[in-house]
Amino acid sequence: MTGEVATGEVQPGVGEPYILNIGPQHPSTHGVFRLRVAMDGERIVDMDMIVGYLHRSMEKLAEERTYTQNIPFTDRADYLAAMSGNLGLCLAAERLAGVEVPGRATVLRVIFAELQRIASHAMGNGTLVSDAGAWQTPLLYMFRERERILDLFEMTCGARLTTNYMRIGGVAFDPPPEFFPKLESLLDDLPARVDEYADLLVDNEIFLARTRGVGVISAADAINGSLTGPQLRGSGVPWDLRKAEPYCGYDRYDFEIPVGRQGDVYDRFMVRMEEVRQSTRIIRQALAALPGGPHKTEVPLALRPEPGEVYGRVEGPRGEVGFYLVSDGGPAPYRFHLRAPSLINLSLLKKLAVGASLPDAVVTLGSLDIVVGEIDR
Amino acid sequence: MPMGPRQLAGERVAEALNAALPGAVVEVHAEWVVVARERLVEALTWLRDSEELDAAQLSDLCAVDYHAHFEVVYHLQSLDLNHQIVVKTRTASRDDASVPSACSVYQGALLQEREAYDLMGVLFEGHPDLRRLFLWEGYPGHPLRKDFLQVQGHHPGLPSFPFEQPGVQAR
Amino acid sequence: MSAVPDFASPGVDGAADERAARPSPLAALRGLGLGRLLMLGGALLVVGAANAAIGYVIVDGRLEGEWYDLRDLGLAVGRLRTELDAEFDPAVSYWVTAILGAAGILVFIGGVLLLGSWIERRLLARFQIRRGPNRVGPFGLLQPLADAIKLMQKEVLMPRGADRLLYVIPPLAVFIPAVLAWGPVPWAPNMTYLDINVGVLYVIAVSSLGVLALFMAGWASNNHYALLGAMRTVAMMVSYEIPISLALLSVVLMTGTLQLSEIVAWQEEHRLWLGLLLPVALVTFFFSSTAEINRTPNDIAEAESEIVAGYHTEYSGMKAGLFMAVELGNAVVVGALVATLFLGGWSLFGLETWVPPYLVLGAKTGAIYFVLVWLRGTLPRFRLDQLMAFAWKFLIPISIANVAVVAVEASIFARLDVAAIVPLAAFTAINLALAAAVVRFALPASGGPRGAPPALRRPVLTTAVGGLRAAQRMRVSP
Repeated sequence: MTGEVATGEVQPGVGEPYILNIGPQHPSTHGVFRLRVAMDGERIVDMDMIVGYLHRSMEKLAEERTYTQNIPFTDRADYLAAMSGNLGLCLAAERLAGVEVPGRATVLRVIFAELQRIASHAMGNGTLVSDAGAWQTPLLYMFRERERILDLFEMTCGARLTTNYMRIGGVAFDPPPEFFPKLESLLDDLPARVDEYADLLVDNEIFLARTRGVGVISAADAINGSLTGPQLRGSGVPWDLRKAEPYCGYDRYDFEIPVGRQGDVYDRFMVRMEEVRQSTRIIRQALAALPGGPHKTEVPLALRPEPGEVYGRVEGPRGEVGFYLVSDGGPAPYRFHLRAPSLINLSLLKKLAVGASLPDAVVTLGSLDIVVGEIDR
Repeated sequence: MPMGPRQLAGERVAEALNAALPGAVVEVHAEWVVVARERLVEALTWLRDSEELDAAQLSDLCAVDYHAHFEVVYHLQSLDLNHQIVVKTRTASRDDASVPSACSVYQGALLQEREAYDLMGVLFEGHPDLRRLFLWEGYPGHPLRKDFLQVQGHHPGLPSFPFEQPGVQAR
Repeated sequence: MSAVPDFASPGVDGAADERAARPSPLAALRGLGLGRLLMLGGALLVVGAANAAIGYVIVDGRLEGEWYDLRDLGLAVGRLRTELDAEFDPAVSYWVTAILGAAGILVFIGGVLLLGSWIERRLLARFQIRRGPNRVGPFGLLQPLADAIKLMQKEVLMPRGADRLLYVIPPLAVFIPAVLAWGPVPWAPNMTYLDINVGVLYVIAVSSLGVLALFMAGWASNNHYALLGAMRTVAMMVSYEIPISLALLSVVLMTGTLQLSEIVAWQEEHRLWLGLLLPVALVTFFFSSTAEINRTPNDIAEAESEIVAGYHTEYSGMKAGLFMAVELGNAVVVGALVATLFLGGWSLFGLETWVPPYLVLGAKTGAIYFVLVWLRGTLPRFRLDQLMAFAWKFLIPISIANVAVVAVEASIFARLDVAAIVPLAAFTAINLALAAAVVRFALPASGGPRGAPPALRRPVLTTAVGGLRAAQRMRVSP
């Protein structure tokens, strides 16, 4: 694919490194993601990351579509957290165009974004434990809740994965009446389920042996390497945009940020686990506070914001989902840039992987929780 | 109004930068500052290390094509002080599309600069490993440039909708 | 219904609907929920009644030692041998019984592979809140057969640059030890195919053969994943042969024989399972066996998430199928060996006179196999270096200490002139206490700071945001 690949020097006393090609089709790369690894025995001496197999030139396409037409792209970027992508673009475009959002829509957005966070964390943690060698069982357990959440999405907007639910000025549909009892019963079950996973995994000696002290990222490195989301919080930095820059009225909800202690794979796992609990809390409060009224405002189909630029960002399940929009006054953005947390969280991958053994590198990659659709866009 | 809720005004950043590094700021806007290309690394390093502005994290890096030149936008943020700073720099011209690399200041720039180089064709001088990220070596051109794949009669962007013209019905 | 179905008319669908509307009594029973339990109970009743009938005849004395006593197929073979010996050269009877026995074992292994893969997939599905194969045949029982047919029809690819000869041999070579290992397993008092007096040695020798085929496969594939898997296999086998041998040595010291049938007889005679008497040997043998046969949590030689499929990455079609079948077969062999050596083999405190002893052994084997599947559905995987360290730094010293303890006990047992039950009970108590002490005090705890309480592993909860300085503050006072 790309030209030269670092091969690693032959050093005296060390065996000659050989190249191992991990991916693009490999059980633990979570999509078409490829690593070329120079290995000495089981140890990685050099690494090169090759992405782009899923590149769809989203940013170029977006320059010829209106802001509303661009919302489906955000589904397909991070396809495990479509709602967060939707929300990020809508908030950025609303700020650019000065659109007001009705209260009901704001609360509905919070509910769906948090549901999406739970679903995404279930997937992320499940695949992480699968990478550590537990044959599919944790993944399938965590799919239980994800399945119910996707059912809720389906009954609201007709889609499960690429939801395309949010609109500039609100949300596309009001949830149907049967949505709320199902959501209630899900919220009743969730804390017990999270406890069950905790029972099964967090004190498992083998899981601890595989994840404690593995892939340690220091707080300074995490900040300097532009890590965000659970990856940053796992390293002990209490940073969450929902608290730092409360959008959608997140300052009205009572919740806490989980912060790791060592910055290893285990901490990132535990932070995600705890965030599911906190998201449940937020959804409960949001449900109690859900006002009546319209679920969206009328916005011209071809929105023409004033010339200017905006950087809107939300806290997605994988970190800061940012949209940098430049308007020249036309109906389409002059420049549309998506800050993809999955890609940027990989900045430190080489540093983490070189010197580690292959199984550790696989688990570390799993703990960074990448989505290839978002990396490649 | 499109300014972020925790964003520092450009004037404030320019004031601090000018006091520390006179001549580094070439243009001040209400929302951002434009830093001279040659002094970018210096300015970013100062912003990162300063007590007052504490731009510890490079949140986002991207390049924009303004026909005559390219602009590289750095969204910096301070986690401790909880504010955002927007710094821009410009390439000398369309042909001389190069800016210094921020990798030595922020490790998080590694992949973002590769992406900007791949899609926009901005050369980041001093980047340790400047290769294409998504497209393959030898791919003709840089897709995000406005002059990429120019077809006769087609202009990049979306000037207007058919139904916005008088007499055309919206479907 | 007409004999010739009319495909054009909707009547076919209608008939299907009618069938669906009127469920068969069996299906209705199943639908009750209790139905399955009732069916199971009924099956058990039938088996029990049959055995009671046989038992009645035995107690009556009419069947004792007769060739048609189904509880011990060895008697029938013995009868066949004496009759053949009477008419032909002794070599003829030897060959006939050898071929019959080998055919029996092969048929048995075939059945085990087919049924075993169904059981494993169904069990795993249950562990994973799925249904598992349930489409082909009743309860999906024919699924393994369908899979085997599918695998046989697939094209077998050979990677370019592979060593052609060495690439073809391993799928067959790996199968041979899996079959050979069944030889000395005693199924019933007179029912052992290969009742050699060096049975334990034979088991160790045969189980080490497999690694050669696996390394051959990894080397010949010309693939780095396969090579990594092969190297891991060799490292693991070399390390775990030692604890296995030491565990078997303690068994041999205690029973004073290398013959597997004698070991079972010893356990039956003393009414004591060696697993209770030698708990450390049992656990060592079982854990090391999981490493030897690549089962979770020690399946690092074919760790799917790391090296795709290890040594058989490059094999396709029935060749890959053979590797997978052998893996399953080995698991069952381990079940049979653990049952024989440590859990009393075919004996079950007198029940074996009522139930055919080979069914007792089969049940015990199945129980061990269930534990293996259970582990696979539950546990993550160790890392290679952790596994090696566990073998060399923990298992081998513990096994050597265990052998020393057992040697002392065995010599006391041989010299003491009291009823066997007294020293054996004392030894059991001592060994169980020692095993508990090992688990409590010597087992290496892994995972970061040793003994970190679970509360300190949970994330800190905060509501204040901040950066590096906040992180440092939190680290100082969590």
